[in-house]
Amino acid sequence: MSCWETIADYGLRSIGIGERVLPREGYTLCQQFTLIGSGMIWNIYFGVLALCSGFLLATAVALGKASKNPVLQKASAWFIFLFRGSPLFIQFFFAYFVFLSLKPVSPIFDPFTSAWLGALIVLFLNTAAYSGEIFYGALQSVPRGDMEAADAYGMSGWSRFKRVTWPTMLRLAWPAYTNEAIFLFHATTLVYFSGFPAWQQRGDALYYASFFADKTFNPFIPYPILAFYFILLTLCVIGLFGLINRRLNRHLPQESRTKMKLKLNIIR
Amino acid sequence: MFSFCVDPASLDSMAWMACYLTTGKHMAIYTSLFTVLLLLAITAPTALVFGFLGASSARSDFAPLSWVGKAYIAIVRGVPDIAFFLFFVIALDQFFEWIRHEIKCPDWEADIWQGNDFVVCDIAKLPLGNSPQWMHETYGFLLAVLTFAIVFGAFAANVLYGAMRAVPHNQLETAESYGMTRSQVFWRILVPQMWVFALPGLSNLWMVLIKATPLLFLLGVEDIVYWARELGGAKTARFTDYPHGDWRMWYFLALLVFYLLFTRISEIALDKLMIRLTHGQATLGGEAQRKTA
Repeated sequence: MSCWETIADYGLRSIGIGERVLPREGYTLCQQFTLIGSGMIWNIYFGVLALCSGFLLATAVALGKASKNPVLQKASAWFIFLFRGSPLFIQFFFAYFVFLSLKPVSPIFDPFTSAWLGALIVLFLNTAAYSGEIFYGALQSVPRGDMEAADAYGMSGWSRFKRVTWPTMLRLAWPAYTNEAIFLFHATTLVYFSGFPAWQQRGDALYYASFFADKTFNPFIPYPILAFYFILLTLCVIGLFGLINRRLNRHLPQESRTKMKLKLNIIR
Repeated sequence: MFSFCVDPASLDSMAWMACYLTTGKHMAIYTSLFTVLLLLAITAPTALVFGFLGASSARSDFAPLSWVGKAYIAIVRGVPDIAFFLFFVIALDQFFEWIRHEIKCPDWEADIWQGNDFVVCDIAKLPLGNSPQWMHETYGFLLAVLTFAIVFGAFAANVLYGAMRAVPHNQLETAESYGMTRSQVFWRILVPQMWVFALPGLSNLWMVLIKATPLLFLLGVEDIVYWARELGGAKTARFTDYPHGDWRMWYFLALLVFYLLFTRISEIALDKLMIRLTHGQATLGGEAQRKTA
């Protein structure tokens, strides 16, 4: 079987298109590359959707934590503490069993026990908490002069937020937010190891990598392949976020732009 | 455990709960909480040593050594760390067995990679096939500890490398002009001063390490996640004196609370430590402390 046939058979295996039976023997390099790559579809799916939806909630949480209303302030601070203070792995397990026990209550909860929705919700809340904290920090360091200038122009309320506070907050938070995005993608690999079942062996990249490592007793091929894919993904994220960073900083003189300094911030 | 636990079926809810939570199986989950603490107690210093070695070799003047240090730091970037956890446990296991194999069975003819199997001679197996169960468990735990130390050592190396560069350069130059040798400058000036710069990064790392401990489960150690799944699952009256439905949700809620408390306490303790370390330092924090005093 040529490599093209393998790609045609297994390229979209993780979303249920193509050959159903996983390879039983041989385990060529091509098969490993194709299947692990096909698993990346799920990592990208979880990462992109959680990031986009989490961004909105994160802004709300940051504003809540910075607000003067004590109820909102406490609620947001607790939300952030709850998701930043506990391991994502335990959050996945807990959410899965909560959804499982809700299942008999109503058929509405059926999809929640499968990874595509249940795990996505956990990732969404988790990334909202982490980026909420980043945005809150940025909100606290918006220069006072900027706000005074906005006041002097007669801006207030929504228009001041939209035109001054929010863009400045994003600009200040962006390098840290880029890290958050990278590590969110890394965190997506936990999904299929934490209760959520891989239905019909449709899993993510790490699921297939550990499948091959288990079958061949040779970790030296599948995991480096996985690493290769993730480094590629990380580079894409850095590139894309760098473009957005350039746009956020476009009004500033060259040297005072916030540099994209990538700091290490590991798992949650 | 208690004297009134003879017939659980006849007990009311509070007493039943007290008996239920002290069964032998539950003792195992409490012990596994200590496994987590033990893991942290062994891993944190080991990772710090690895990190220190990595950071000081990355600073070295001898190019190959500095490459090794930098590669060690860089290699963990960009790759999800559970991939490292899954990788290192198998790789280290095979590495140790391969070394023992080379020493103990020098006249072994066959290849150790036979198709999809990894075969070493019997006396090179780790632990030996006939050793008791606890040996196997301890070996698995030690492999997990070593894996954690390697991965977190790389993170610590990154933090310490940054901290070493943050120590004001004039101080090092001053020390040199007093005639100190390079190693004296390193041990007497750089190392004592770098901790205050390293502490924010290291405390972040400590939090991450706490939150990484449930991954022990993936490495095949019978830890709290394993026991929470075991004990929480529905039990019928046929197999146990304490039948109950699917309680896994509550067990994981308890774990969640355990971790929240643990991180909160660590946060408070680390803040206290930071205040002590900034005392008298030439940083903004030290300056602020001087003014309030």
